[in-house]
Amino acid sequence: MAHTAHRLARAVITPTTIVLAVIVAIAVYFIVQRYLYGLGAVTNINPGYPWGTWVVVDIVIGTALGCGGFAMALLVYVFNRGEYHPLVRPALLGALFGYTLGGFAVLFDLGRYWQAYNLVLPWYTNLNSVMVEIALCVMAYILVLWIEFSPTVLERFGWSGLRRFVERWMFVVLALGVLLPTMHQSSLGSALLVMGTKLSPLWFTVWLPLLYVTSALAMGYAIVIFEATVVSESFDLPSEHSLLSKMSTVVGGLAAAWLVFRYGELIWRGDFGYALVGDLKAVMFWIENLLMAFAAIVLLVPAGRASKRASFLAAVALLLSGSLYRLDSYLVGYDPVGNWHYFPSVPELMVTIGVIALEILLFLIFIKAFPVLANARPAARNA
Amino acid sequence: MTLDRRQFLKGAAFSGAAGAATVATGGEAAAVMRPPLDMPEKAIGMLYDSALCIGCKACVDACKSANGMPAEIPSTLAAWNENTWDTGESLSGKTLNVIKVFRSGTAKQKDAEDNGYAFVKRHCLHCVDPSCISVCPVTAMQKDPETGVVTHDPDRCIGCRYCVYGCPFGVPQFDVSDPYGRIQKCQFCNHLLKEGKIPACCDVCPTGASLFGPVVELQGEIDRRLAAEPGTNFVFPRGEIGSDRPPHEQAVPRYKKAVYGLTEAGGTQVRYLAGVPFTSLGLPAVGDISYARLAEGVQHTVYKWMLAPIIGLVGLVFLVRRNAADKSGSEDQA
Repeated sequence: MAHTAHRLARAVITPTTIVLAVIVAIAVYFIVQRYLYGLGAVTNINPGYPWGTWVVVDIVIGTALGCGGFAMALLVYVFNRGEYHPLVRPALLGALFGYTLGGFAVLFDLGRYWQAYNLVLPWYTNLNSVMVEIALCVMAYILVLWIEFSPTVLERFGWSGLRRFVERWMFVVLALGVLLPTMHQSSLGSALLVMGTKLSPLWFTVWLPLLYVTSALAMGYAIVIFEATVVSESFDLPSEHSLLSKMSTVVGGLAAAWLVFRYGELIWRGDFGYALVGDLKAVMFWIENLLMAFAAIVLLVPAGRASKRASFLAAVALLLSGSLYRLDSYLVGYDPVGNWHYFPSVPELMVTIGVIALEILLFLIFIKAFPVLANARPAARNA
Repeated sequence: MTLDRRQFLKGAAFSGAAGAATVATGGEAAAVMRPPLDMPEKAIGMLYDSALCIGCKACVDACKSANGMPAEIPSTLAAWNENTWDTGESLSGKTLNVIKVFRSGTAKQKDAEDNGYAFVKRHCLHCVDPSCISVCPVTAMQKDPETGVVTHDPDRCIGCRYCVYGCPFGVPQFDVSDPYGRIQKCQFCNHLLKEGKIPACCDVCPTGASLFGPVVELQGEIDRRLAAEPGTNFVFPRGEIGSDRPPHEQAVPRYKKAVYGLTEAGGTQVRYLAGVPFTSLGLPAVGDISYARLAEGVQHTVYKWMLAPIIGLVGLVFLVRRNAADKSGSEDQA
């Protein structure tokens, strides 16, 4: 099942990319403010909420949204579903920027960024710290993603010798590309185990790592559906819906299993009552789960996944659900010591939005500069 | 006066009602937790007796001087407080130790729950099994193996603030107004301890409400106070337990029969007595175990000898190599 990917022959500078670039510029302005006047000048983080959107959205949610590369590598290379191969390159590209910029955004948030290199000094490493696993593993995975993507770049420049060398050893890199996200996406859940009584029982469970890694995987497939649909619609390319529709059973099954496990474990441990008290935490819990249930039902019902619109909405619901699950477990479901409240400031949100805008901007530039899309017609229409 | 381990545990059972903690997870959590850490034999600590505290804040002032911390003036008070009076309201990047007040109704009666008031001193409790040490990726938080004092090394710290997020007591602080800020927390005046002195707050406390000493001896003092008949005359040591400083005599207060810090978060080296419930004083109900045990237990189960990741990688390499070979007809592999 050979297939080829092509560059999208469209203008790089468009109204969309200009808007994205303006958003990025605004974010850069606030990042400069942050370095000049401190975190407090830009963000609303406080002693009760030391982590805000720069950690929870940029890193915890951002990397989960970058799990497309992980999810497709698992499906294509581990479960040997070669028919999905056309979806791999765009998924990798999304992952590349989701992770690279998420990793880079850590430097905006670190209070003592000039000592960030201490993280990689073995004699300082604390092997008990979940954050060590996350940090080292994410750094390694960013490198893995660039190597996974490199044949696309090498193909573009016709450096076939180097490309053959990279591809000969690619199986090791691809294996790491499945292993590393399994490790750090579960650790992003384990990072909450130390919270104990500060985290609501609706989220606090010893199974946090399992719930985190499985929902990250589901989000990985959902982002592939989302990205493929948006790209083919906005650039008027042939639809990949038949392929996406086949994959939908996998995503729907994963979403359903996740929900069953989450509810089962909550009921079995006897904490389901917390979902019935009607406070903000309970409401958020239900929103997360209803969105996930909607995604599972639509994608598992044949009529649902046959419909382009319905399966796109299901993918959006799943991405929202997974993102809210992370936002809630890190911020909404958490009770600080003392009477502290947190809602992100506008400048703080602008930086977070700027990071996302830069990811989209780079994605758009790369699909035009490099052969990423399988459905981008060769030798573009206007040629 | 010294206590052996058995007596110490008896004391624990006596005051164990302080926090009837439940592990918010099923039995599988208990199965993966690593064993609790033991308190160093010669651990030093502090007893803060809320019922003895008169709220003079001499300890706050002494703490600032001893640690070179700046005065703190909240923006709400800046209009009339022209840098003359340190008025920090809670722990912050500028305040390592603070006196807070609980008030109810008319606030007439000291140490009464209704229409009363009571003081509380907040700073690091120097946990036996500290979460801040467990979470710190660069080992910037450390526990002295002899004294058990929890210290912080800003030269290692990367400012990730995981210790702030993970501390069950809300102690470590990062000053977000400073572009080159650092984590601040009470380090038990470790620099004074090295000179043979005692923490500044205990040194200046006029009533002995803050009392320094070996934890076992302080726990003996706690048991003695709780066993005494309220209203009878009692001799309260000042500064350091067992020192020759003149003591302070007064009637035994009506204590709540509980000790905060004996079992909280796996036990702490700073302990509290009070005439009102600890929750009224804003001391959080944190449960009886250190959740560092759960986090570390899960991580070290999953990553034991890195065995699971290595086996996983070998299996993945095998599968990917076989499956990628199947697709050798395709233009590219990635």
